[in-house]
Amino acid sequence: MANEYILEMKNITKEFPGVKALDDVTLKVRPATVHSLMGENGAGKSTLMNCLFGIYSLNGGEIILDGQKVAFESPAEALRNHVSMVHQELNQVLDRNIMENIWLGRFPMKGIFVDHQKMYAETKKIFEQLDIHVDPRVMTGSLQVADRQMIEIAKAVSYDAKVIVMDEPTSSLTEDEVEHLFRIIEMLKKRGVSIIYISHKMEEIMQISDEVTIMRDGRWVATEPVSNLDTNKIIRLMVGRELTERYPKRTTVPGETYMKVEHLSSAVPKFIDVNFELRKGEILGVAGLVGAGRTELLETLFGIRTKGEGRILVEGREVDNSTPEKAMKNGFAMLTEERRHNGIFADLSIAFNTTIANLDPYLKGGLLRNSLIKEKVDKTISDLRIKTPGSKEKIGNLSGGNQQKVILGRWLLTNPEVLLLDEPTRGIDVGAKYEIYQLMNQLAAEGKCVIMVSSEMPELLGVCDRILVMSNGRQAGIFEAAEATQVAIMEASAKYVSAGGVGV
Amino acid sequence: MTKKVSAGDLIKKLFTEKIIYVVLLALIIVIICIEPRFLSIINFSNILAQSSTRIIIALGAGMVLMVRGCDLSTGRMIGLAAVISASLLQDVDYAYRMYQNLPSLPIIVPLLLVIALCALLGTISGTCVAKLKVPPIIATLAMQLVLYGASSIYFDREPYGAQPIGGIKESLTKLCTRGVKIGSFRLPYLTIIAILVIVFMWILWNKTKFGKYMYAVGGNPDAAQVSGVNVSKILIATYALAAVMYAVAAVLEVGRIGSASNTTGNSYEMDAIASCVVGGVSMSGGIGTVGGIVTGVLIFTVINYGLSFIGVNMYWQYIVKGLIILLAVVVDMRKFAKRK
Repeated sequence: MANEYILEMKNITKEFPGVKALDDVTLKVRPATVHSLMGENGAGKSTLMNCLFGIYSLNGGEIILDGQKVAFESPAEALRNHVSMVHQELNQVLDRNIMENIWLGRFPMKGIFVDHQKMYAETKKIFEQLDIHVDPRVMTGSLQVADRQMIEIAKAVSYDAKVIVMDEPTSSLTEDEVEHLFRIIEMLKKRGVSIIYISHKMEEIMQISDEVTIMRDGRWVATEPVSNLDTNKIIRLMVGRELTERYPKRTTVPGETYMKVEHLSSAVPKFIDVNFELRKGEILGVAGLVGAGRTELLETLFGIRTKGEGRILVEGREVDNSTPEKAMKNGFAMLTEERRHNGIFADLSIAFNTTIANLDPYLKGGLLRNSLIKEKVDKTISDLRIKTPGSKEKIGNLSGGNQQKVILGRWLLTNPEVLLLDEPTRGIDVGAKYEIYQLMNQLAAEGKCVIMVSSEMPELLGVCDRILVMSNGRQAGIFEAAEATQVAIMEASAKYVSAGGVGV
Repeated sequence: MTKKVSAGDLIKKLFTEKIIYVVLLALIIVIICIEPRFLSIINFSNILAQSSTRIIIALGAGMVLMVRGCDLSTGRMIGLAAVISASLLQDVDYAYRMYQNLPSLPIIVPLLLVIALCALLGTISGTCVAKLKVPPIIATLAMQLVLYGASSIYFDREPYGAQPIGGIKESLTKLCTRGVKIGSFRLPYLTIIAILVIVFMWILWNKTKFGKYMYAVGGNPDAAQVSGVNVSKILIATYALAAVMYAVAAVLEVGRIGSASNTTGNSYEMDAIASCVVGGVSMSGGIGTVGGIVTGVLIFTVINYGLSFIGVNMYWQYIVKGLIILLAVVVDMRKFAKRK
């Protein structure tokens, strides 16, 4: 008995404290087809897949695999039930050879010994089916990313997968490698395997898909056969929301040019040849897809990442921002994207977290004075409306929005001239977002420069003066926010996506 | 900020996060029950004397733990500093002097010499960790072996061979074994020195930029770097300062014991690390206080001294100590796991 769908995720709802990450999302995949899943960053694609693989538990809805209701507890259980995922970031034991990676956890045995011969023969057989030409005995770590991805697909095949999820599989592949991947996908289809294909690359989607499901803001938007779609229609469906969110009014007009970036590139090839000018009181947005080099650009400006070519000029003079310490002396400040990873000191107090970047004002006779610290911290708490029982509270106990405000407060106390903000409103509630926009406006009104990376296009359009669009490590254009549209920015973001990475 | 804590919560906390103190207190009560004479002024004074150098050592080792390190070279560094300072502090009338023609030196000269030497050695360890990215345990393990070799070569040579370096001048031995009489209580000079070191360290940890940066590097090195902290510099300075503590402790140990050999200081790092952990320093870095470490050392010394006092043999004492360390770390890790 053949079912019409091999996999059905029906009315999936997933809530995190204060956020509805998925709201009644449905995804139905037919057997032996490629079903593409599309949406902006944060639309809920990964969350949906995490629900499928049991990394998140569902708040509502059900998952039906081949006519049977399932609820996997873990990716391993999903794998045993023939549902597999090839991740963007591969999870392999690099110090072991290929076949051991494929058969890890279920080595073929001969008595109490691992049967290496059988393992080799089985691996070879799968490789031949998939047209993979690598020796199974080679160390996994010595392979190119493309080959390692193939290994992962072979592993899925070895589990007799019926559904394989591929998350941005081509993000680091060359054109030839992409072709090989597509050949393998065709072969898998012939074997009756269904592929859920997640990608931002329009041309690939149009080329490889049978059906496309589009998500936006955690909701299902459309599922269409690819023949009913074209690139423009997909973009419209992905971003097609009105600018309903409110942004505070901007009244300041940017002044004279303050800083200038010329032909900037990163030492480790993540982006090349970025050029822009920034005027006093200006807010510059940086748009682009994940992996376009936006965070890397900010990190290079602040000295977290090593600079390659190019110059950074402040008021016409070249500055040396090779470490955060030096960048701070040159008037820069940076709010990083990963708050937990390199923003907060989770176990330490709000007072500590607020003052650590600039302790000099509290020194008196060479020693830090608590009274001076408390005064400044209390002022920051009330100015930024940080909700906390007091300055001694651990920052780790605060909500995301309030943590973000504390770190913003930390940087404001360094009196920066240029504020670099990487996804400043990610994961925080609407109210706190508005307050952060207001703060940015206020800083601009004081003549400071602000550069904001964001994946939320309405936010960029609503808050910034101009928007620099990065695409695959290259600068794809700078738009006046007043004249730009989401579609134009989206198109620019995709401009160099098929051109191969800057590192290759 | 006041938090209401119910009795139930308190009891729960006592048997989870604070279990280590409950167990140790129980142990002390058992010791007192077996031998009530344990509670005497002379024992109190002895415990203070024994704790004093350990506190200085533990504060040094604690700094390294604070910045996510773990110093295994503590004991051997003390050993090297001890043999060198002892050889320079022998009484001029002593028959078996290592340097026959050496004039009598004021204590401060060898002290400053070993401080400088240890600071250099600590700088090397710190540089390996900070710049060459060697895991702290490996860097300090290598240092431990090198130092043991070096101190043995220095110690075991003509004309007297592997004889303990004795005949330490009286000014030092008196300083390290006597005290101020307050009624029937004798406050050891060593304790007075330890208190000075505690005050110095408390100010350093809590009132200086260096101290705040040390907490920052231990708490989250990536965030520290982004906040403009020179992480390598702080790491190297921390290892160097810890080594200075060892040098000070080494000279005091020479005076307390009255001699030094290449086994002086052996495995002191284990006692120091154990005291720190019992005193609430997190093995994951960034958490710990001077007061906590001092408490940890005192508790440990009381247990040590108490077990000997009631006649528990050395081997059993090792087993008890081992279990205490394990328990302390289990509690620490559980706290850490809960945060995730």
